[in-house]
Amino acid sequence: MNQILSPQPVNPLRDPADRRLPRIASPCGLVLFGVTGDLSRGKLLPALYDLANQGLLPVGFALVGFARRDWTVDQFCDFVEKSVRAHCRTPFRETSWRQFSSGFRFVQGEFSDAEAFDRLAETLRDVDETQGTGGNHAFYLSVPPSASPVVCENLAASHLATPPEGSWRRVVVEKPFGHDLESAIALESVVGQVFPQESIFRIDHYLGKETVQNLLALRFANEMFEPLWNSHHIDHVQITMAEDIGIAGRAGYYDGIGAARDVIQNHLLQLMALTAMDEPIAFNASDLSREKEKLLSAVVLPRELGMHTSRGQYAAGNQAGRPVIAFHDEDGIAPDSATETFAAIRLDIDTRRWAGTPFYLRTGKRLGRRVTEIAIVFKTVPHVPFGPASEVLAPNALVVRVQPDEGVRLRFGAKVPGTAMEIREVSMDFGYGNSFTQASPEAYERLLLDVFLGDPPLFPRRPEVELSWKILDPVEEYWASHEAPEPYAPGSWGPAGADQMMARDGRAWRRP
Amino acid sequence: MIIPLFDTTINEVADKLVSIRLEGGVIALSRVLTLLVPVGAAAAEEAIEAANKSSMEHPCRLIVLIEGDPTGKSALDAEIRVGGDAGASEVVVLRLRGQMIDQQASLVVPLLLPDVPVVTWWPDRVPDVPASTSLGTVAERRVTDSRMAEGSLVERLTRLSHGYRPGDTDLAWTSLTWWRAHLASLLDQPPFERVTRVVVVGRTEHPTPVLLATWLGWKLHCPAEVEAVESTATLRRVELHRASGVISIDRPQGTSAATLTMPSGQVRRFQLPPPSLSDCLSEELRRLDADTVYGEVVKRGLAWLQHGDHLTDASQVED
Repeated sequence: MNQILSPQPVNPLRDPADRRLPRIASPCGLVLFGVTGDLSRGKLLPALYDLANQGLLPVGFALVGFARRDWTVDQFCDFVEKSVRAHCRTPFRETSWRQFSSGFRFVQGEFSDAEAFDRLAETLRDVDETQGTGGNHAFYLSVPPSASPVVCENLAASHLATPPEGSWRRVVVEKPFGHDLESAIALESVVGQVFPQESIFRIDHYLGKETVQNLLALRFANEMFEPLWNSHHIDHVQITMAEDIGIAGRAGYYDGIGAARDVIQNHLLQLMALTAMDEPIAFNASDLSREKEKLLSAVVLPRELGMHTSRGQYAAGNQAGRPVIAFHDEDGIAPDSATETFAAIRLDIDTRRWAGTPFYLRTGKRLGRRVTEIAIVFKTVPHVPFGPASEVLAPNALVVRVQPDEGVRLRFGAKVPGTAMEIREVSMDFGYGNSFTQASPEAYERLLLDVFLGDPPLFPRRPEVELSWKILDPVEEYWASHEAPEPYAPGSWGPAGADQMMARDGRAWRRP
Repeated sequence: MIIPLFDTTINEVADKLVSIRLEGGVIALSRVLTLLVPVGAAAAEEAIEAANKSSMEHPCRLIVLIEGDPTGKSALDAEIRVGGDAGASEVVVLRLRGQMIDQQASLVVPLLLPDVPVVTWWPDRVPDVPASTSLGTVAERRVTDSRMAEGSLVERLTRLSHGYRPGDTDLAWTSLTWWRAHLASLLDQPPFERVTRVVVVGRTEHPTPVLLATWLGWKLHCPAEVEAVESTATLRRVELHRASGVISIDRPQGTSAATLTMPSGQVRRFQLPPPSLSDCLSEELRRLDADTVYGEVVKRGLAWLQHGDHLTDASQVED
């Protein structure tokens, strides 16, 4: 968006010293493909209303729904109103709603129907006129991955992807970005042919912007962590994303994809890159991506994948006191499905900073509880001067809790009160929940605002997506040609193989 | 939980705070600042409520000092509120009588949290020089609310301007942030023409319209006027005059719905909700460094009031 901003004269009301002045996006429209989907109903539409209600939407805004249903604008309004009333987090106010809904349009059509896109172009010209959106439009593809290319091609064919002079067009693509390197490149080349890279916003809704910012602030706004942040002091790193739910009706999407493609490829590798990368020159899109790309390109896989990876499928059993069914018995899953619901892999980073410090990534469904954590486990103390009386302590650990209850915990040794010189582990805990969660512009609101403002720094870029697939593809190939996933009990922390994989390295998983 | 301590000492209050934490663990540890609130009895509860709400974003120890009868026997009553009665903060209410009133700084010192910043907020008055008051000296940030203070517009602006030291801000300025954001965003868009004149319509006994007009006139290098209206809305309308015509934002009183009128006469509606007291306070607590733009605006605002003749009467403007 730099090339759009630069020819503009400096706005005299913007003063770098005036730091409290928020940025409000210029007038624009949002075209929502797949407006009747779950994500749109549960998150996007309510988030848009909440933005409108707080006065954060651009003045001059239009929402254009694009879907197969044969609806009038009024029917579309009713549909949006229902979703908003059911899910909005700010109070439902008639006046806000009337204003918000006055900018609604609906275009009926199939994603492959070129005429529907011509009608869409007509509609956008109309809202530019009546809502003053000035040719600025974002296209949100809340559609199955297979539909993205055809939508992009049709946008291009109807000249919707090219902005008129002085305006912008942006496209929002949801994860997954392909299912392996080849399909990711295919998808990217279609989207990339239609939209320039800086206009493509790749959204991973697991990875909130706040999380990324918190992690970077912890690492780079402090003096005391960075000197220890290397293989001299850090024994290994464990990154866990655990869910307590099963696949919950997402069989169609999940079968054949599995835990590694669903979570490790994007979310965990992004967290790993942010944890391990060098300090970016500046906190902006290109410098941040450059460091993440550098780190991801230095990642190496274990030579013997069978010894250092593990995968599993949840069996039937009890979780948190409730009986739950096995993955194989879920609706829409074949009894012999080899899709994994748990995946763990060891990765090494061939750099001076990290050689010798493995990173262990694991994710799964129906695990002990819902948690996402990055645990930096330090080396043990070379020598303890308190004699045999002191028991062997677990190593120091710095745990970054990503969710829930975002925060940081530091585990260290302290003396047990009393006369004997006994040492025990204690924890120091800091919760962002208490301190810095602005009463909280929800993740989707923030994300939509960033799209309207053209502010992409924390979204992964194309090389990161492709590098991540390069890391994961050999693992998937190995798994495909070897034995089926091991079963594990629901509510546990994964299959026995995951523990064995750590035991081979003389380590153990933490209980998150 | 509310723990009253009648006719107490500050050391007893400090000990009690420690013992509550030891016994119950009810108080979370991540406190980012200590907020001192000297306030009259009438405005105290409203201020505590606003501060409790802000504590969700900025967990703090809140120390409220309420001055009672200065002539009576010297005495201190205290009240500690934690848990559900205190948001994400811990609240210490100190009721001062007699000579205690002159001892405020020495009273609060044992209660200030170690290392974290101290902010003093006067919800219902503007001291002559906030930074020189006993509670202002211990604080790195001082927040006043001239909207609630007594005196004429000139008197209030004089106090803000003459009393300004880096680290001071006033909620009359804070309440303008979203108006300013929308005005700035208008100038982010074409046509990128010079603004030749600015008109702010509002209640001229309030400092807010003057501060906005001053800021616009200063930044845009153009004449700025404030038109007075009989209205309960502090700010009614802002007009930016350019060669291509007038662009204006209106917000009728008693509503959060605003309209933007383009030079073409085209009208767009949007939400511009007036910020609540706790919204304003939260915004202040987000940054603890000096707001130099504010400092410059109050200085220029006063000079403009004293030397210019820009206040006009427009009581005919309809609401």
